[in-house]
Amino acid sequence: MRAMVYRGPYKVRVEEKDIPRIEHPNDAVVRVTTGAICGSDLHLYHGMMPDTRVGMTFGHEFVGVVHEVGPSVQNLAVGDRVMVPFNVYCGSCYFCSRGLYSNCHNVNPNATAVGGIYGYSHTCGGYDGGQAEFVRVPFADVGPAKIPDWMDEEDAVLLTDALPTGYFGAQLGDIVEGDTVVVFGAGPVGLFAAKSAWLMGAGRVIVIDHLEYRLEKARSFAHAETYNFVEYDDIVVHLKKATDYLGADVVIDAVGAEADGNFLQHVTGTKLKLQGGSPIALNWAIDSVRKGGTVSVVGAYGPIFSAVKFGDAVNKGLTLRMNQCPVKRQWPRLFEHVRNGYLKPSDIVTHRIPLEHISEGYHIFSAKLDDCIKPLIVSTAA
Amino acid sequence: MAEIPTPYTAGKPALKESAEQLRDRIPGWGVDLDPADRPSFPREQPGIQTGAHWDFPERQPEEWPRERSIEHAFLTPVFGTSTPPAGLSGAIRKYAYARFSEGRAAHWLLLIAADRVDAWEHHLGSFATLRPDNPVTETGVLSEFSGHGVRSRFGQKRADVNHQWMDPLIVGGPWVLAGLGAVAAVRGLRRAAGARR
Repeated sequence: MRAMVYRGPYKVRVEEKDIPRIEHPNDAVVRVTTGAICGSDLHLYHGMMPDTRVGMTFGHEFVGVVHEVGPSVQNLAVGDRVMVPFNVYCGSCYFCSRGLYSNCHNVNPNATAVGGIYGYSHTCGGYDGGQAEFVRVPFADVGPAKIPDWMDEEDAVLLTDALPTGYFGAQLGDIVEGDTVVVFGAGPVGLFAAKSAWLMGAGRVIVIDHLEYRLEKARSFAHAETYNFVEYDDIVVHLKKATDYLGADVVIDAVGAEADGNFLQHVTGTKLKLQGGSPIALNWAIDSVRKGGTVSVVGAYGPIFSAVKFGDAVNKGLTLRMNQCPVKRQWPRLFEHVRNGYLKPSDIVTHRIPLEHISEGYHIFSAKLDDCIKPLIVSTAA
Repeated sequence: MAEIPTPYTAGKPALKESAEQLRDRIPGWGVDLDPADRPSFPREQPGIQTGAHWDFPERQPEEWPRERSIEHAFLTPVFGTSTPPAGLSGAIRKYAYARFSEGRAAHWLLLIAADRVDAWEHHLGSFATLRPDNPVTETGVLSEFSGHGVRSRFGQKRADVNHQWMDPLIVGGPWVLAGLGAVAAVRGLRRAAGARR
């Protein structure tokens, strides 16, 4: 089969690989029809995530058709069109049995501090991902779901990570009616978080980024008030003034470990790897939320220490909430919202890239060329 | 005297728009207003139905000694089988897993170091294959032309332009140095061979 493979920081290519096989009785092998590059894949691409091995196939957002099933699979059959959450999880451990699917303890031997994620380094379990023609899907009776007949395939792909994660980010904010919500980051997750904040009754939604085309999308797609932090000497002070010196009730960090906004932090963290990335978005979140407010973190952070202003969080009495999204718990409600037209996930798709052009896709997305917001990958096996 | 800003007194700031105005302007506004009626609430729900029909999953065969965190009691029943550890990078990785817990910086810094060793093991190894690494095609840098590289960056108030100039140095620099080193080595060998004649 054809598959994207990592060749070292900033380098990927397509190679011929063996089609995955059934390695466990509850495995399925899925033929990928549409995949995506996620903003968090860029952390791998930039060499930020420990134990990212040359030869690995990335990709945790994909949908496809069941190609083969293991002997204990009961809920799926060959030929089913399925969407697969980015979480690899068993459904039966201490954490899964309480609904913490993204924190599964039975699928990631490499680390206890993170669950399993498709195509996301060995730190997340060493599973090859879906930027390929075929992918192994462990626990096929637990993770995947059949794509409803009425659902568009591109909407389904965005329901495997980006939309649930954005909605989850808003949910972790514990928004109550009338709250002022600030979202750092106008990438796919930030856009969905902003859109979801309205569904939860926000009175005001503000999105911060430095890319004008993404801020335009935040205005048109997510109905948000927007500010480009480059235009302000100090975005935190600006946000304080914009909220009558109070601060926001809820701030959502939808940026993660490679934030721009502070040159020194970016260079020391992201380029020189002297800390686990650049935590400026998280620090801005801590600074710009009101005392007693909530900071929700759904941006991707790795396991290495970062210079986070924790003392301010303590002294302001903040609630910090964060996790990888347990995607399948979000699906029933999100399916309703898509069906009712409240959310149209594929509206943010800007690029559809053939698998054979994956190197260009990564570069365009990483360098933010061509007004790229969300690139999908069209499989050659589709 | 100017009005006193919100946090200095007890009152809440007035909403910019009423619920009715927001509902008219934004499709679906407030449909998930009740925090107790949102998905994955409460966070932990013992006994949630997941589709699992086992108490403990059957164990996946271990086809090579699978590295694992020493914070795990044993090898997890299911695991990824992508890219087994090999070479010097593999040895560093195995040591990081066997010796240091996830709570130790050494664990992660060794893994990051192994990643860099891994990349160069493969770059050098690729020159002994029919498909050597090609930093031009693998970085996708040619999409600078198709993706409007100049127009996308300049006149756009982008913060990342401040550091993007470093990327070619970070990615291409080691290749240039390796090339210069190879040229110097070949010249040295030639000179040594000439001196022997």
